[in-house]
This record gives sequence, structure tokens and C-alpha cells, in this order.
Amino acid sequence: MRENTRLSVAHLVRDPVLLFLVLLVFTGLILFIILPLYKIFAYSITTNEGKLSFQAAWDILRSNAYLQPLKNSMLLGLTTGILATIIGYVFAYALTRVDMPLKGFFKTIATIPIISPPFILSLSMIFLFGRNGLITNKLFGFEDSNVYGMHSLVVVQTISFFPIAYLTLTGTLAKLNPAVEDAALNLGASRARIFRTVTLPLSVPGILSSLLLVFIQSMEDFSNPAVISGNFSTLAVEAYRTITGMYDMRGGSLMALMLLAPTLLAFVLQKYWLSGKSFVTVTGKPTTSRQQSRDPKLVWPLFAFCMLVALTIILFYGTVLVGAFVKIWGINFSFTWAHFKYVMTLGWTPLRNSVILALASTPIAGLLGMIIAFLVVRKEFPGKRAMEFVSMLTFAVPGTVVGIGYILAFNGKPFMWTGSAFLLIMAFTFRNMPVGIESGTSTLIQIDRSIEEASTILGATGAVTFRRISLPMLKQAFFSGLVYSFVRAMTAVSAVIFLISPRWNLATISIFSLFEASKYSDAAAYIVVMIAIIVVAIGVLNLLVGLLGNSGTIASGGSSERA
Amino acid sequence: MSERDFSARSSNVSLLHLTKKFRSLDGSGEVTAVSDVNLEIQAGELVTILGPSGCGKTTTLRMIAGFEYPTSGSILIGGRDVAMIPPNKRGLSMVFQSYALFPHLTIYENVAYGLRVQKLPAAEIRERTQRALDLMQLTPMAKRYPSQVSGGQQQRIALARAIVIEPSVLLFDEPLSNLDAKLREYMRDELRKLQKRLGITSLYVTHDQSEAMAISDRVVIMKEGRIQQVGTPREIYAFPQSKFVADFMGKANFIRVNVLGLDGESARIDIEGTQFTVPRAGKAGPGTGPALLVVRPEALRLMPPAADQGRAALRGRIDRFTYFGNIARYEVSTENAPLLIESYNPEASSVFEEGRK
Ligand SMILES: Nc1ncnc2c1ncn2[C@@H]1O[C@H](COP(=O)(O)OP(=O)(O)O)[C@@H](O)[C@H]1O
Ligand SMILES: [Mg+2]
Repeated sequence: MRENTRLSVAHLVRDPVLLFLVLLVFTGLILFIILPLYKIFAYSITTNEGKLSFQAAWDILRSNAYLQPLKNSMLLGLTTGILATIIGYVFAYALTRVDMPLKGFFKTIATIPIISPPFILSLSMIFLFGRNGLITNKLFGFEDSNVYGMHSLVVVQTISFFPIAYLTLTGTLAKLNPAVEDAALNLGASRARIFRTVTLPLSVPGILSSLLLVFIQSMEDFSNPAVISGNFSTLAVEAYRTITGMYDMRGGSLMALMLLAPTLLAFVLQKYWLSGKSFVTVTGKPTTSRQQSRDPKLVWPLFAFCMLVALTIILFYGTVLVGAFVKIWGINFSFTWAHFKYVMTLGWTPLRNSVILALASTPIAGLLGMIIAFLVVRKEFPGKRAMEFVSMLTFAVPGTVVGIGYILAFNGKPFMWTGSAFLLIMAFTFRNMPVGIESGTSTLIQIDRSIEEASTILGATGAVTFRRISLPMLKQAFFSGLVYSFVRAMTAVSAVIFLISPRWNLATISIFSLFEASKYSDAAAYIVVMIAIIVVAIGVLNLLVGLLGNSGTIASGGSSERA
Repeated sequence: MSERDFSARSSNVSLLHLTKKFRSLDGSGEVTAVSDVNLEIQAGELVTILGPSGCGKTTTLRMIAGFEYPTSGSILIGGRDVAMIPPNKRGLSMVFQSYALFPHLTIYENVAYGLRVQKLPAAEIRERTQRALDLMQLTPMAKRYPSQVSGGQQQRIALARAIVIEPSVLLFDEPLSNLDAKLREYMRDELRKLQKRLGITSLYVTHDQSEAMAISDRVVIMKEGRIQQVGTPREIYAFPQSKFVADFMGKANFIRVNVLGLDGESARIDIEGTQFTVPRAGKAGPGTGPALLVVRPEALRLMPPAADQGRAALRGRIDRFTYFGNIARYEVSTENAPLLIESYNPEASSVFEEGRK
């Protein structure tokens, strides 16, 4: 054992590029993930005089001001988790097991909530069901419907997060051995019976996984509760208000810890207990090659259900699109460009900042993701497991926690970075790289490692091999990492809301301010512009990665069949 | 790339007390994959390591390549200890079992890769790549990708890519195991011809004994990380020094004997009371006393009991008879041991039936 550690250290010393990369990654992880978490923890258990004390923490934790948001967040997370998982399961079942029309359409629709800017569903909720709401007021004539509260939050979050459930469960259902179901069918069992006795029990791990993932997302969510929760306080929002409204940093840190505990637990459960195939599910590739049911009694109800979900999504997004072009929603529906003029003038700088910072962080996050995947899959060095765990951890740490941790860690000597573009870029980089790591890891595992060894023995250094052999083979994974990083950077709210400065204000935060000022149509125009930017950026990235080299059959190891 | 370049650059390889221990996969203990291996490979020679799966062949090769670090012992290439030289500086080439072609590069680019990495002048890269492609008859498909050509062609690409850099030593890890039987025989003959012509020092790993016989100058038999015997294919087949080697190299009968006396080239032995004179396997081997005699199936002949007429013979009963056309195989039980007997061109001699004594 010790022998092997010594050997891998010797190996590291002999390969300076590898040594450099490992040190670089560890420095980054320690500085931008471990240190902020440690700071929150340390800060929460010290007094103002700097003494170690659990008393303050204990007093605060017992007060209702803290327990209520915790209870609310957990309740919300569970409710949303269950609803999103049910919808996701039906969706996944319909798309993998049933022969029905418009499948491509449904799949596309289900990815929209993942890549769309924040606030959009809440905004629609207000447009449709608010005091001047299209449905509540115009259709049914209610004068004082209250859209703010847990009920709206559940609707909005369920629509936002059911795609995560859908992608997770598609993976599970597609992997179920079709022979098991077919065997039951041959034994004369009805479809309903097969579903109850075979399919459903076998998909329990996927269902639990989906529950946990949606639970984490719901707990972490800042943007929706911030604008639509009314008196229903959640941890992420309360932590923000405690710090920015009451200047109570210690209280905010404690809330951040309360938020961190359940999400971390859910992350560890999902990753190790369920040995989840993927914590980051946007890369899940559904495959459908099995015998699919054509029984009309099954097909049409499922089709109707999927259609209903799709139409709801279209209604919500369409509402915002329309809302961006009307004078005052609910009062004056005449057409105007005014809101877009606003975005292009007053709103221009934050928008430009968002694009610049997203563009700056995207290649760093993408490349870092590939490098970490490469190191973890292909290299031997001490601390490898720790590197893997910590780098994936960022995905489970709520943005609110990151934001507060960064303030605590980087607001004084030796790192005076708060408010700087650099810190925002680092926040984006370390929060957004897990997708790249995940897809890179799963690609590399499939690629025969002797391909890289062949390059080495032909004389290439580690760096040359990575650039000319590994990276091109990782093209697809690299691309999904890039797209995802860019989208997440553009749409981030919860972490960056603590880190912006007058110089570096961001688009999402501007939208938040517009909400606070009830300028909903300006917000709608802002969101529409952001969607346009995201769509264009994905197209351009696609083009760039296409130019990066041709595509032979990737991941087949020279297409040799192993005997 | 004149053919003399190769033999000029070819180096000899020495393995001295080479040992490699791995942490076992469950992490509990250690696995000794290679144990105290000593071997000298002359410049220009093709040596094969032959042994059952898991005996440490690949590990030996990977240590020479530099992908694994020996736990102890040393490796000399051209007389120089390479312990501190990383794999990309060792000047070796390797043909991998899976070929390990670069899927995103064309065949031309695959072959040129090693030269490009060395940053040679463009004209030289073009010329040497072209010559390697010509040598391997790959020129017509140079612009295609590896996934677009057949398995045999992929094998040739791997070979072209390995020799174009004019390595001092060429390593092969079961390079033919992915081909079907016919192509495998063809490629192995091609490979041997090429190696002889170019004179590149080669270490070849396989678990297929006929492959080892066909291509090697010398064969190294390995078992559980240790070398069992080293010799030319003929020496190993005709004079195996252990039961394992005899068994692994072709089929063998083992007969318990009593050695009565040794003189020069032959030995007098006693089997179940009958005395025989047999050739002696080298200078090693047992003295007088109980021993095992190895007899190849093709060295035995069957005769009807009446025909032995005082000649030395064992009596037995035919349990099974299999007819292959060119060979007739008999499984015979005797008082001493079950025997396998193969008679070639059976139609020319007499065919015996099952159940006969
Ligand atoms: N990286 C490794 N970790 C642990 N054990 C290994 C490793 N590589 C090889 N071994 C073990 O070493 C032994 C020899 O393996 P190998 O050299 O691949 O055999 P061969 O190529 O002759 O089939 C086997 O028991 C194998 O399980
Ligand atoms: Mg092997």
C-alpha cells in the first residue's frame, strides 16, 4: 500500500505537466470550494469577539425565525419532488414504452425548462394568475386572487424540475432489461399487471434518485421563491434577506448551513447509496429500441397527458413572450417595443456583463472539467478520490451557500476579491464544471486507454497527448460541458446575487430588481432577450466544436472488435 | 527509411531480476504479476513470451514500455538503464492488442503521428509516412478513417504506425488475437517476414503456442510471473524441461518410468518391466531413479499385439478413435498412464478400431 503511494508520487514528480495540473486543480478546489465552506462553518460557531461558541448558534437555531424557513423548504422540496417525479415518470414511460406520435416534440419541450433563464415561470404565473391575471381576472373575473404563496411555488418548481425527473427516469426505464418485461408478457400477464409487478418495482432506484435530485434543486432554488413565495419563507431567500436586509452575517451563515445539510445528505445518498448513474442528468441519452405498446387504451391517455404538460409549458413561455410586447399587462394590451428599448439602453450594461463573464468562464469550466475527468479516469496520484468528490460536490452545494461562503472567504486579506469580475468568473467556473466532468468521465471510461498509451510511446508528452488525442475524442462531452456552463453562467442568480458590484451587475440580478419594482413587462423583455442570446450561443458553440476536428467513430477504440 | 536504418537503430534488451507487485484489486494484499525475470534479447532478434492468460506477459511488456514501474529489478535498452526515462523518450514502439488507432485521425495521420510529434521537417514526414504506407499496402486507403477499413487493415495501420518512427525495440501485445483464424496465420507470416527484413529487435507476447512457434527466434515460457524455460521453438518442443512446458507446448503423454542408466545421448529406462532406450533431453534432467518420460503423440505407433515380436512395446486398449482425415487420433489406456497417439496419413498405414487391445 505504502509502496504504491510512493510509486505514484514518484510518477508524479517525473511528469512535471501532470504534477502541475494536479497541483493547479487542488489549489482551485481548496480555494474556491473547501475554503468558503470552511469559512461559513467557522464563522457560524464563533462569537463577534472571535471566540469559539456554539451558544449563539444554538440560540438562533431554536428560534422560530430559523426553523420555519427550514420546515417550509423541506415541505416544498418534498412536495415538488413527489409531483415532479410522478410527471417525469409518466413522461418517461410514455416516451420509452409506448408507440405514440410527436415524441420528438415532447422531448424538445421537456428540455426547455432546463436551459431557460430564471424567473420566467414565476413571471408567467403572475401574468396568468395574479391580481390582473389573464386567467384569474380576465377569464373568471376574480378581483383579488393571491398568486403569492406555496401553491404557486409548487406549480412553478414542478414545471421547472420535472425534466430532471424525466431524464433520470428515462435512463432507468431504458436500462431495464426488456427481456424481463417480455417474459412476463409471454406468461400472459396484462400490461397493467406487468407494470405493477415488474416495471415499477425495478424502477424504484430511479424514482428515489429523481426524488432526491428534485428535492435538492427545490431547496436550492432562489429565484422563484424570491419573487412568488409571498409570506412562505424559504431558507435560500431568508438567508439572502437576513444578510442584505438585516446585515446579520452570522444569521445568514447559519441559514446557509441549514440549507447545506439536507442537500449534502441528499447528494451523498444519491451518489453512494443509490450509486446513481449520474448526478448531473442533462447528458442522459434516452434510447428506445424495445417493443412498444400500441394498445389504444394506453396510448391515448398517455398522449393526452404529455400533450397537457407540453401545452402548459408552451402557455407559460408564450405568455412571457407576449408580455414583453404589451404596454401594461392586464390593463393595456396594446403592442409596444418600449420594453426592448429599455433592455437595450438601461439594461444593456448588465446584459453585456453577463455575456462577457459567461463567455470568460465557459472555456475555463469546460477545459477544467475535461482535465479533471482525464486525471481521475486515467492517472494515478495521491488524493484522486478526494479530487473527484470535491469537484462533483459543487453541484450539490446551493448557490446561496457559495455566495455567502465567497463573501466570508474573499472579503478581506489576503483575498480581496469580492465585487471583482475574477471572483464571479471563479464562482461560475467551479459551480458549472460538474457537467463537463461527468460527461468527460463517462466518455473516457469507454475509450480504450491504450489509445493514449500509443500516443505516448510514439513520443508525445502528456500535454500533447491530451491536446491531440484525448481532447478531440472528448469533443462531444466537451461540448455539452461548454453549453451547460454557458447557460448556467448566464442564468445564475443565487450565488452571484451576493457577489455583484455596481461595476459588475448582471442581467439576472437586473431582472430581479425589475420584479421588486413590479416592472413585469420590462422583465419579460429582458428574459426574451436572454433566451435569444442563449439560443444563439448554443448554435455558435456547436459550430465551433464542429470545426475543432472531424468526427471518426469516437469512443470505439479504432473500432476493433474484442474477441 | 532504408531498411538498413532499422537494424542500425535496433538495440538489445536486458531484463535483470525484474519484479512487479500490484496491490490486489480488492485492496487487501499483493499480487506478484512478474517475479524475478531475467532475459537477454539480442539486437534484431524476435523473442516471444508465451504463457497462459494472467501469467504476467502484458505486465512485462508494459514495464519495458515504461507504462508500469518495476517494483524491483532493472531494464537495460542498448545497455542503458531506462528506469528514469519516461515512455515517450524510450524510442520504442508498441503494437497493441486493440490496435489503439486514433479514431479521429485518418490512416495517413495515424501513421504520421509519431513523426509529427517529433517535429521533423514536413518533407521528411511525408516521405517516411508514404514509404511506411506503401510497405503495408495502405496507400489506397490513406485518407480513410480507421473505422472504415477491415480488421486486417487496421492491424497493418498499427504496424505501420509503430515502425515508421524507426524504433530501437518493437513490442507486440497479442497483436493478432482480434483477427479470425485464417487472417491470423497470414498476418503472422507477413509479420515475421517484415521483422526479419527490417531486423528490428522485437518482443512478442502471445498465449497461442503455434503462433509462438511460427514466428520466434526464441520462445520464453512463463507461468505465474516466472520464466519456466527459454529456447528456440525446437528446443522447447523437443526438450521441455518441466511438465508444465511440455503440456503447454503442444500435446504430451507423461509416462512414469524408472531410469536405469544414462550414457551420452541416450538413457535406458524401465516401464512396467519392459526396457527401452530413449534419447536424452539435454544435459539437465534427472539422474537414475523414478522419473516422468514425455512422449509426443506423433512419436508413438500403434501395433497389433501379435506384431510386437520382441520389440519394446506397451500394451493397452483403444478407448476412443477420432478420424481427422490427415490425422487419426487414438486415446489408449495402459497400465501406466492414458496415452494419446496420433498417426499421420492414416490411410497409408492401418486404421485400428475402438475397443481393440
Ligand atoms: N493494474 C493492475 N492492478 C492489479 N493487478 C494487476 C494489474 N495489472 C495486472 N494485474 C495482475 O497481474 C497478473 C498478470 O497480468 P497480465 O500481465 O495482464 O497477464 P497476461 O498479459 O499474461 O494475461 C494478473 O494476475 C493480473 O490480474
Ligand atoms: Mg495480456
